[in-house]
Amino acid sequence: MVTDMEARTQPKAHATMLGSAQPGAMPPGTGEEPAPPLKAESRRLSFHYGSFKALKDVSMPVHEHRVTALIGPSGCGKSTFLRCFNRMHDLYPGNRYDGQIVLHPDNTDLLAADVDPIEVRMRVSMVFQKPNPFPKSIYENVAYGLRVRGVRNKNLLDEKVEESLRGAALWDEVENRLNEVGSNLSGGQQQRLCIARALATDPEIMLFDEPTSALDPIATASIEELISELKKKVTILIVTHNMQQAARVSDFTAYMYLGELVEFDKTDTIFFKPRRKETEDYITGRFG
Amino acid sequence: MSAIAPSRTEVRRLIVRARRLDVLFVALGIVALGIGFATFVALFLDMLIDGWSRLRPEFFTQFPSRRAGQAGILSAWVGTLLVMIVTACVAVPLGVAAGIYLEEYAPKNWVTDLIEINITNLAGVPSIVYGLLALGLFVYAFGLGQSVQTAGLTLALLILPVVIVATREAIRSIPGMIREGAYAVGATRWQTVKDHIIPYSTPGILTGVIIGMSRAIGETAPIITIGALTFIAFLPPPPVTGDFPFLSFEWLSAPFTVMPIQMFNWTSRPDPAFHANAAAAGTILVFMTLAMNALAIWLRFRLRKNIKW
Amino acid sequence: MDSASAIDAPRGARLPTVVSDRLAKKYSRNLKERAIEALLFLAAFVSVFTTAGIVYILVKESVVFFSQVPILDFLTDRQWTPLFDDAHYGIRVLLSGTITSSVVALLVAIPLGTTIAVYLSEFASPRAREVAKPVLELLSGVPTIVYGYFALLFVTPLLQALIPSLPGFNLLSAGIVMGIMIVPYVASISEDAMRAVPMSLREGSFAMGATRLQTAMKVVVPAATSGIAAAYILGISRAVGETMILAVAAGMQPNLTFNPLEPAATITAYIVQVALGDLPHGSVGYQTIFAAGLSLLLLTLMFNLIGFWMRRRYREVY
Repeated sequence: MVTDMEARTQPKAHATMLGSAQPGAMPPGTGEEPAPPLKAESRRLSFHYGSFKALKDVSMPVHEHRVTALIGPSGCGKSTFLRCFNRMHDLYPGNRYDGQIVLHPDNTDLLAADVDPIEVRMRVSMVFQKPNPFPKSIYENVAYGLRVRGVRNKNLLDEKVEESLRGAALWDEVENRLNEVGSNLSGGQQQRLCIARALATDPEIMLFDEPTSALDPIATASIEELISELKKKVTILIVTHNMQQAARVSDFTAYMYLGELVEFDKTDTIFFKPRRKETEDYITGRFG
Repeated sequence: MSAIAPSRTEVRRLIVRARRLDVLFVALGIVALGIGFATFVALFLDMLIDGWSRLRPEFFTQFPSRRAGQAGILSAWVGTLLVMIVTACVAVPLGVAAGIYLEEYAPKNWVTDLIEINITNLAGVPSIVYGLLALGLFVYAFGLGQSVQTAGLTLALLILPVVIVATREAIRSIPGMIREGAYAVGATRWQTVKDHIIPYSTPGILTGVIIGMSRAIGETAPIITIGALTFIAFLPPPPVTGDFPFLSFEWLSAPFTVMPIQMFNWTSRPDPAFHANAAAAGTILVFMTLAMNALAIWLRFRLRKNIKW
Repeated sequence: MDSASAIDAPRGARLPTVVSDRLAKKYSRNLKERAIEALLFLAAFVSVFTTAGIVYILVKESVVFFSQVPILDFLTDRQWTPLFDDAHYGIRVLLSGTITSSVVALLVAIPLGTTIAVYLSEFASPRAREVAKPVLELLSGVPTIVYGYFALLFVTPLLQALIPSLPGFNLLSAGIVMGIMIVPYVASISEDAMRAVPMSLREGSFAMGATRLQTAMKVVVPAATSGIAAAYILGISRAVGETMILAVAAGMQPNLTFNPLEPAATITAYIVQVALGDLPHGSVGYQTIFAAGLSLLLLTLMFNLIGFWMRRRYREVY
């Protein structure tokens, strides 16, 4: 895939070119190739923690089978935005959404009051900042989502567990120790276990909330590779602190600041020819 | 995607079922809490109704009697009061001192570990075992007799872990910068403790003392074990006398009874007329312990609200 | 002292006296500090004396007791009649009462306490929790003699309406009331354990589309197992050591039975019974209560140690 390759080029090599970036470059989606179909989009999404407005009118598309990265300084609302997609905010009192997140192809508004957050979470799964395997066996960790869905068929479970662990590139390492406790694994393995867990239920979108921030560089590389692999099957939204990571894994990038979406475009456009001055400042490290 | 799409209605049905279980469990939780509260209400009302006829002023001013209608709790409440005075005088200084030692002085070594293990363990020793300790040690070995002082000492040992733990928690919540501030102006360790640690931790310590005392008030088993009498128709000698030196400590070695023992005595009589007395005494006991506990809870609540370091 | 002399140096002639003054002060101050520390240490050491005293008294009297009653008889005899002419000292008789009443109590306390703990920790709003927990604490603050009265004169008549053959003294009613008394204890320790489970585990479960109950039962409770087990075990220890409820409501008749519908004496109730009578100091009857007390102490000590160890374990995990 073209975008994939472009995303992998070193952003540093282009940093010097930023000065020559054309102001008012092409609008998103009208590039060399046709825009991929939409999987979801947020429409004028605002979000309140109590009286604090954490997101302001965020409208952003999410393209199917692509990796979309959310970047921005700490507290910019990127995690808050991500957690809207599977309504994690519903777990805590005093939170309020305004606007919509529409999931295609059925045009369901994920945030609508009559949509059950549990159903949303069954379609949109999530991998967290720190690996959080349950205090159960590796097998049960992966089977958890299926069991929650009432799957009892042992063959189906076995099959799905293996498939997911393979999908998360963990199968070869744990094949013979499926009954061991998940927390015995190394940090990188734990995170891949969590990815397998999120994968087992065939989600439509997977959310990654800074999935490598607690991992060492080698484990980080393996997770990044895995994410690039996974997008063949599922649409991915990833929050990251690390701009190189965004450049390496994503096809589209959104730069957020103070709860607003400053700029959204193809990753290479954001990194090499950003239209907004703020984005450029952030990318080149002049900011924060 | 497609894997789930065809069964979306099925998924919805599943969610509805799972949610129904959630609601069911909430109901179960409320019922469980309700059973606890209902028991308490039933207990209180039952005693109040049974004992209402006896809850008259005379009940407090009469000695126990062979006739239920004339029996009162004079010797019992006076006994409780005196025992509590001894308990407080022993448990509070000892417990607070021990708490201060463990938080502010204790080095990290095996002696400290030994003390800590002992405190944790003593908190779990059944109260009747303290009674046996007191019987063997205070009554017979030390010859303190079956007296107010023996009971007071026994209950003091019993509530000591409560006071120590409360003291330690109160001290631990004082941030280190307070200590550093005091040391920085040249205070010694004891000056720091005396001028800062103790005053700032007083409300927390007080909470623990009140809870400990409310437990001591209701303790029956250890006091029975040391052989407290159940029928006492006289009061201990008064602490203040007309002659020089005007103070007398004879009451310390006087025989006594306390409220819970009086209640036990009346409860275990077959004649139901005495049960009314027991209920009346029980109502007063519950009221006292409730009031003390409520005071402690309120103190703790205020503490959490007011103090912002 | 260096800094002191440095400060005082410009004062010239007065320097030596000032230094010795300060030295003297320092010594007296140090002495005072040391004395205070020693006093505080002694206060803390009282707990060690207490334990030593308990062990000493119980063992001392028990040794005399066991010199007259073979320990094998104590453990195997099926009768407990220390005050009769034909004296038998089979602790199993008292143990049966203790075990039966404790089992009844746990059958009440564990389901109720765990349900309350899960509800408060995983479902209730912070507000509800803030109200419910102190009220539960009040429940555990009620004197046990009051619970005894309630068991004998309220619960037993109530049960007799359901089971007409139930005698006035029975282990069932005492056990039930004892269970209610232990509920706050079990609930509060289990709830602490569940709240110690990190939020990230819950979020992981919710993100998979689990409901609150599924999260609670499949993730939180398993993660808090050792803490919850500790709550149960400390609850058992409470039940085994409880005295007044049983002395009042279960009768003080030694009875080798595991039927909660019968009256029976427990170890604790037996001690109360003997203490109420007037046994001469030094008689075998007097010593039995120490032997009984030693058995009780060992029982509760065992449970407390297991419980303590388990609580520590869950603290280490997170």
